[in-house]
Amino acid sequence: MRDHATPAHRDILDLAGLKLVPRRYYGRWIAAALILLALGYILRAFAMGQIEWKVVGQFFTAPAILAGLVNTVIMTICAMVLGLTLGVVFAVMVMSPNPVLKVVATFYIWLFRGTPLLLQLLIWFNLALVFPKMGIPGLFEARTVDIMTPLFATMLGLGMNQGAYTAEVVRAGILSVDTGQTEAAKSIGMTRLTTLRRIILPQAMRFIIPPVGNEFISMVKITSVASVIQFSEILRNAQTIYYANARVIELLFVAAGWYLIVVTFLQIGQFFLERHYARGIGPSRPSPANEEGKA
Amino acid sequence: MNGPVPVSLPSGSEAATPLVRVRQVSKFFGSFRALNDVSIDIPHGRVMCIVGPSGSGKSTLLRCLNQLEKIDAGAIAIDGELLGFRLQGDALHELSDAEIARQRLKTGMVFQRFNLFGHLTAIENIIEGPVTVLKRPKKEAIEEGEALLARVGLASKRNSYPSQLSGGQQQRVAIARALAMKPKLMLFDEPTSALDPELVGEVLAVMRALALSGMTMAVVTHEMGFAREVGNELVFMDHGEIIERGDPRVVLDHPANARARDFVNAVIK
Ligand SMILES: Nc1ncnc2c1ncn2[C@@H]1O[C@H](COP(=O)(O)OP(=O)(O)O)[C@@H](O)[C@H]1O
Ligand SMILES: [Mg+2]
Repeated sequence: MRDHATPAHRDILDLAGLKLVPRRYYGRWIAAALILLALGYILRAFAMGQIEWKVVGQFFTAPAILAGLVNTVIMTICAMVLGLTLGVVFAVMVMSPNPVLKVVATFYIWLFRGTPLLLQLLIWFNLALVFPKMGIPGLFEARTVDIMTPLFATMLGLGMNQGAYTAEVVRAGILSVDTGQTEAAKSIGMTRLTTLRRIILPQAMRFIIPPVGNEFISMVKITSVASVIQFSEILRNAQTIYYANARVIELLFVAAGWYLIVVTFLQIGQFFLERHYARGIGPSRPSPANEEGKA
Repeated sequence: MNGPVPVSLPSGSEAATPLVRVRQVSKFFGSFRALNDVSIDIPHGRVMCIVGPSGSGKSTLLRCLNQLEKIDAGAIAIDGELLGFRLQGDALHELSDAEIARQRLKTGMVFQRFNLFGHLTAIENIIEGPVTVLKRPKKEAIEEGEALLARVGLASKRNSYPSQLSGGQQQRVAIARALAMKPKLMLFDEPTSALDPELVGEVLAVMRALALSGMTMAVVTHEMGFAREVGNELVFMDHGEIIERGDPRVVLDHPANARARDFVNAVIK
């Protein structure tokens, strides 16, 4: 405005009416441009490359692929449910004052964290070599090969391995809850287990969910390891198809697309879970909802 | 008395047995003696204030009354029931965790740092014990909980989480939570020490009203005004021992013990 005001005559604090020029982030613009360039180059390469995109689209919803997807999702859920259950049980056992429980749980964690997952899967699947028959003597008995199907062996293998890791996550979560909470719970007559269930675990969830969400997402992908014991999850089915039609990259892209879709849904779920267990935490967040009756 | 196992402690049972009887109790942490041969009685409806320097064993004494600590020697009976043990024949059998949890129902405890359940609202904090432990119908528990909130002046904070309440408000909810279990004895461990000075009054007012309603109370506090005005007896502790006891006004105005005198002078100044 006052174009010709000479700086020498102006007070440095006389700022009214001056135009504000935001700082320029040249670095960001340059980085964005470079990345777009690279991305465009890669996309072009794939578009022009030896990929039949039509084949990708065609097989995306092929029955064998969808069946594999269902198996992957079901296995992820089963293995995680088993892993979480075992994780909570063994975490509680490790922290128990009962020395027997403590030793058993410590041993479990040591054993299953200490050996490769692939090896554990192979052992479960080949259990029939050690025990041709299994069951409860007198009650029921069956051939081990009939029980240890790829599905069951995979579930046990993934779930029990996950349990060992989750136990440590849960233990850390429990330890992060203030001991004053336990004392207050005791002071209103709660037993150890009630305290854990009603007071400690709900508050430990806040610390448990981010790592467990992370492991849930890992599990979606780790199920593919089970292809070595003939569990027909999505990657194995994709492979079966490309052994026949030689469309290797196309089918791998189909599998990759589905993994990304499943993982995206899980991430959305994790977001809502985290928000739920953050209730009561942090600076004031009014709770308008439950004004009447229900507490 | 309706305690399942009446026990006679060394003092013999007079006509009106005190609600709380503590006899020759000692407590060690490793080789450190936190309580040394402590004996006290708290009659029904009385308020006992416990004062003394930091580390003198005041919290430990309260925690023994609530079995948050196990005693190493002596005996405690509350409401005619021996704590932690059952007398069978000539032997004392240690109680199970579930039985100890049941014995704790007779005492309510208020902590220095409130220890409200962080994931529950004020009303949920209050009904948690009645619903989960006492198996009361939720509707009834909520009604009583609301009445308790009103009694501590916080009816409007029903649905607030602890993180949304001031220290004084949290402590009042904590008192309501303890009262919801209908205890016979209330234990207060420095209930106002973690509060900003302007919030101390509101908590003391609730405690004063509670004392007037006839609740038996053991209060560890540095609030000499409260002890003088509300306390029926004052116990002065130092190094795990009771070094002076009596009427609060007398003990505070004319402490006989030199260490007690130094402490009173220091606190009042
Ligand atoms: N769990 C514990 N382990 C070891 N020492 C403890 C423990 N609790 C308390 N003490 C010790 O016992 C003494 C009495 O503690 P406390 O009863 O908390 O004192 P006060 O409440 O009078 O300040 C202190 O010296 C303290 O360090
Ligand atoms: Mg203390």
